[in-house]
Amino acid sequence: MNIHRYEKLWLVAALVLIVGFIATITYGSVGLGIAMIDDEAETVNPEKLNEHEDFGEPGVKQVGENEYEVYVRAWQFGFDPGSVEAGLDPIEVPANSTVTFYITSEDVIHSFSVVGTNINTMAIPGEVSSVTVEFDEPGEYGILCAEYCGAGHHTMEGKIIVHPEDEYAINGTDVETGNDTTDETEA
Amino acid sequence: MGAYIDHFPREAKLIRSAFYTSFIMLALGGIFGVIQTLHRTDVVRFIDSADYYTVLTAHGVFMVIAFTIFFLVGMFTWAVTTSLERPLEDMSFSWLWFLMMTVGAVITGVTILLGFVESVDVSADVLFTFYAPLQAHPLFYIGLVLFVIGTWLAGADWFRSWWAWKRENPDERIPLPTFMVLTTMIMWYIATLAIAVSILAFLLPWSLGIFDHVNPLLTRTLFWFFGHPIVYFWLMPAYMMWYLLLPKFAGGRLFSDPLARVVFILFLLLSTPVGIHHQYMDPGIAEGFKFIVMTNTMFLLLPSFLTAFTVVASIEHGARQRGGDGYFSWLKSLPWREPAFTGMALAGLMFAAGGFSGMINAGMNINYLVHNTLWVPGHFHLTVGTAVALSFMAGSYWLIPQMTGRRLASKPIALLQVVLWFVGMTFMANSMHRSGLIGIPRRTAEPQYQGFEFEAALGSVSELNAQLAIGATLLFLSLTLFLWNMLITAFNKSAESPGENVIPTPLSGPDDSPAVLDNMKLWTAIAVVLVILAYTLPLASIVSRGGLLGRGGDAFPVSIDYLALFAQVALESAAGLV
Repeated sequence: MNIHRYEKLWLVAALVLIVGFIATITYGSVGLGIAMIDDEAETVNPEKLNEHEDFGEPGVKQVGENEYEVYVRAWQFGFDPGSVEAGLDPIEVPANSTVTFYITSEDVIHSFSVVGTNINTMAIPGEVSSVTVEFDEPGEYGILCAEYCGAGHHTMEGKIIVHPEDEYAINGTDVETGNDTTDETEA
Repeated sequence: MGAYIDHFPREAKLIRSAFYTSFIMLALGGIFGVIQTLHRTDVVRFIDSADYYTVLTAHGVFMVIAFTIFFLVGMFTWAVTTSLERPLEDMSFSWLWFLMMTVGAVITGVTILLGFVESVDVSADVLFTFYAPLQAHPLFYIGLVLFVIGTWLAGADWFRSWWAWKRENPDERIPLPTFMVLTTMIMWYIATLAIAVSILAFLLPWSLGIFDHVNPLLTRTLFWFFGHPIVYFWLMPAYMMWYLLLPKFAGGRLFSDPLARVVFILFLLLSTPVGIHHQYMDPGIAEGFKFIVMTNTMFLLLPSFLTAFTVVASIEHGARQRGGDGYFSWLKSLPWREPAFTGMALAGLMFAAGGFSGMINAGMNINYLVHNTLWVPGHFHLTVGTAVALSFMAGSYWLIPQMTGRRLASKPIALLQVVLWFVGMTFMANSMHRSGLIGIPRRTAEPQYQGFEFEAALGSVSELNAQLAIGATLLFLSLTLFLWNMLITAFNKSAESPGENVIPTPLSGPDDSPAVLDNMKLWTAIAVVLVILAYTLPLASIVSRGGLLGRGGDAFPVSIDYLALFAQVALESAAGLV
């Protein structure tokens, strides 16, 4: 097969570029540790979320010194917790913490996208997305649903408040430390 | 020699019908496009925000299902008959598939549009992706099924022509245009199997109330099994134009026939086992599977890189034939006053930009930043919205005269039109990509939130919105000029010959390539194996996790007992049609 010399060079250059892209992405995964949303979490029954150990009473739970878990239920059209506009609590965590979000949906497919960050996952009924992130600085973040979910899709939003570490224990609304939280909410 | 219509008057009529249908769909899609842009940017809001999603569904389905594919069947019929130099085997069969596609498109289209009519309980506000548990009226799915079966029969028609030709020409290589059609159709058959299973086994019975649940991740994955290759189904007719017509318009010949074959084979092999790259952010799919599709996707860049080389080399050859010289000054010798040439060249240029934003999408961990933001529509308005749509419009300036025997109504307006599209899309794509980078979501009626604001790193959100609105307005204007030009051309009484329907022979012909490239069975087998490798484990895992029919999550809108109401609703919609 006749291939022009310039075309061969171009072909090699294109292949180098492609391999370079793959190497960059691999570095992001292995070197920087940006993990993909995966199939690690167990599935749930979207019709029986109220009976679920964690999603039955969604919210923030402290699981270690600076480690927190946040269980979030997405629904038409809000996040529980998160949707302040719907009368629910914002998600409140302290700065310098490692937070794992567990997100599921009780109805259709939504997303949980935190504006200005790379926290961005689908919320699929029956499946649970787990995302571990670090909040270094105090601040406020908006959450939005970026997957069309029905006529009120554009009203679906929420809020994350990252408190300064020393203020967190004081104002920590619903959040209490330790395993008590779990026991209490289930009672 | 003569125009296409002189050789194939019956086929020309069919192709005209396909093109005109595609233009009607383009007109509808364009109207909904400008309405939604002005709405979401808060420039003009005259619809209810809840109706925005009906508008958006209509824009998506009319543009990327109806406009693109009706154009494709016309284009492919032209390519097969021209290159095999034989008429279609049986015109009544050809009209059957065209009719089936049309009926399907009308049923689905009307079902979507009935979403505006509150007194009729029929809607399909499910967008182009129709992710369950969002549910459309059963007619939406039925229309899609008819449409897809129509395309299957169209493919069968072209294969039939090829088989008949092969019996008479047993030792000849498949002519390149037919080769392109056949490989693209094999890809389409493989891809549409998934959507057929998704609709026939799950979504349609579910919408009819036969069962209560589907597995949302399963139907979503089946959608993207089909949903990625469909982008190549849109793109391949544009590629075909760049390979076959653009060198001709430039005054030259295609650089390499063998590499064109390699490119189409690569698309056949690689375009399906990559669909999961639309699901990087989905739970329930292991990271390893995502990594595999990421590498496959990156290699899918290769055929487009090869195309860039061959097309530019062919154009340069054309320019030098026309007396051009120097390293870059040959560019001046190109026929820039020809709208068909200029439109396709600009479309190709924008495709390069779209390719680069696509590489960002393909990078699975970079995708977190852009997934479901406006960046993504920014990307595909460069690819399908310009590389494909602008090539189709530019190509029409040559093809419609070929199919009608009538002179193009106005060449200067055609030239203005393609340039206007390019300028409009520059504004729109620039705004969309930048908006996406600051997190503004796609597919939303009002990207203005109560609790937070988007912070533009450069410029401001209102500047981005203004650009988007200006872009959409220019595009709509360009579209209007195109449709007007086509309308006048269709009724043009001028008897001037539209030129000859000839595809110049390539500089490097098919004999330079190994015959194995033409072995359709081999490439089909490899494509199927790659799909099985890429999808067996993810699909098995999804089904074992969530069950074939899912475990809950009610249909939305809440489904009533359709089996009981179906007859009544069908009557109502029939009445609405009349």
